[in-house]
Amino acid sequence: MFHIYCPYCEELREEEEFHPKGQAHIARPEEPDACNDEEWGDYLFFRDNPRGIHHEMWLHAVGCRKFFNITRNTVSYEILETYKMGEQPTITAEHLAREEKTAREEKTDSAQVAEGGQQTVGASDAAVASIKGAQA
Amino acid sequence: MQRYSGFGLVKHALRHHEDWQRQWRNPTPKPRYDVIIVGGGGHGLATAYYLAKEHGITNVAVVEKGWLGGGNTARNTTIVRSNYLWDESAALYEHAMKLWEGLSQDINYNVMFSQRGVLNLGHTLQDMRDIQRRVNANRLNGIDGEVLDAEGVQSLVPIMDCSKRARYPVMGASWQPRAGVARHDAVAWGYARAADALGVDLLQNTEVTGFKIRDGQIQGVHTNRGDIEAKTVGCVTAGNSSVLARMAGFNLPLESHPLQALVSEPLKPVLDTVVMSNHVHGYISQSDKGDLVIGAGIDGYNGYGQRGSYPTVEHTLQAIVEMFPIFSRVRMNRQWGGIVDTCPDACPIISKTKVKGLYFNCGWGTGGFKATPGSGHVFAASLAKGEMHPIAAPFSIDRFHSGALIDEHGAAGVAH
Repeated sequence: MFHIYCPYCEELREEEEFHPKGQAHIARPEEPDACNDEEWGDYLFFRDNPRGIHHEMWLHAVGCRKFFNITRNTVSYEILETYKMGEQPTITAEHLAREEKTAREEKTDSAQVAEGGQQTVGASDAAVASIKGAQA
Repeated sequence: MQRYSGFGLVKHALRHHEDWQRQWRNPTPKPRYDVIIVGGGGHGLATAYYLAKEHGITNVAVVEKGWLGGGNTARNTTIVRSNYLWDESAALYEHAMKLWEGLSQDINYNVMFSQRGVLNLGHTLQDMRDIQRRVNANRLNGIDGEVLDAEGVQSLVPIMDCSKRARYPVMGASWQPRAGVARHDAVAWGYARAADALGVDLLQNTEVTGFKIRDGQIQGVHTNRGDIEAKTVGCVTAGNSSVLARMAGFNLPLESHPLQALVSEPLKPVLDTVVMSNHVHGYISQSDKGDLVIGAGIDGYNGYGQRGSYPTVEHTLQAIVEMFPIFSRVRMNRQWGGIVDTCPDACPIISKTKVKGLYFNCGWGTGGFKATPGSGHVFAASLAKGEMHPIAAPFSIDRFHSGALIDEHGAAGVAH
């Protein structure tokens, strides 16, 4: 069961109030009539479907009835952030990969840093948790 | 291969079952094969078997990241039927049905195929119109089917609430007597054993980490056990198909969702057929062990976690208790999720791709199990000839650009 933070209601609510609505940030072609079959088919049907970080639309169906976005891990199901329509995610797959890479380099560069307790995974988790709307 | 038979069983019993042969080898990957099948589930193993048996291509590897039949083959609700609406899908599923009917003999493995019939209930006038249309279409395609009224349903399933008092009274059903259930694990194991006997290498714990592609032609796969070369690669990876397609440099029109199922504690025989309801949204049968096998819809969000949310379980059981008040106090034993690759038109993709020699067989969504033999059979023929089998041809990925979709949401219903 997800507990989802609705960025409009500004409240944590249970999953049953919401409907998932698929991949977010798919822009409708400016001129549909100018699309060829491939472009139009891609827009309608083809999806990223990633194993990992996924940006997706949800509808607060029995709440404010507004659409908003969630960044969620499709393997652990952890919700990393929620944000309003029109906004951009602060957590992306690239962002997390970069963070992990830096952390790994720090760890290998200087063993004393790791001994000091600045473990890589913990650090990025804290960064994630500090972002508004994040929850486990 | 040591053949199984009743006589053999007696012979082994006298020897205290101490010298049964292993069902398949555990080979080391060779550097090169004629064909690589990625994914060792039912469909992948069936493909390998028919490649070897029907087309004489035995230099084949099945590359599986976990163990054989450990994904959706182990997680489905074992229902087999072929009463689909459109000609294309009816042909595909009926092809599978005909293979099911002789499968145990063909692979010398008891897959416990039990043609106990499947009911698809109608609860509204529109349901009944759709059922009539679908049954008529089935009969025109040579597929058995009957339209039953509520009394007919009640006489087949006396324990179901077919009264007018029900929240959604049963108005009738479509009935396919040749449909039924099969032992899901036995299907994977049987195909694995038969394929292995014909020389196919089953490589377990071997995960594909990338594709080797040169000048738009597939050259082989990278795996955690080294590179393996082949000019023909077939991906049959269900929920993980999008991940593999991305490795090859393209997207698929798929979304991976958790689909949950559950079984109850074992009961005395009480339900001797399969009951599915699109409207109340659940399906149920009783296994030979006695457990009620129950399923319903997917969890709506994308997920690869092989588990879903409790609200979905609750909805599923609400539907079952609505139809069968007698089950209201049955305790559930186990619950699990599988990752299904759903397609926008609820039909599979059996297709060539932009990469020459790389084929995908995916998008079976919630209903792939029933098609296992047929899917493997037509996919093997396509891989062997380099040309899609006529039954597989309409399921090309091109349909999402041409618009020639095969909309089976009606027949697929709650799940197929």
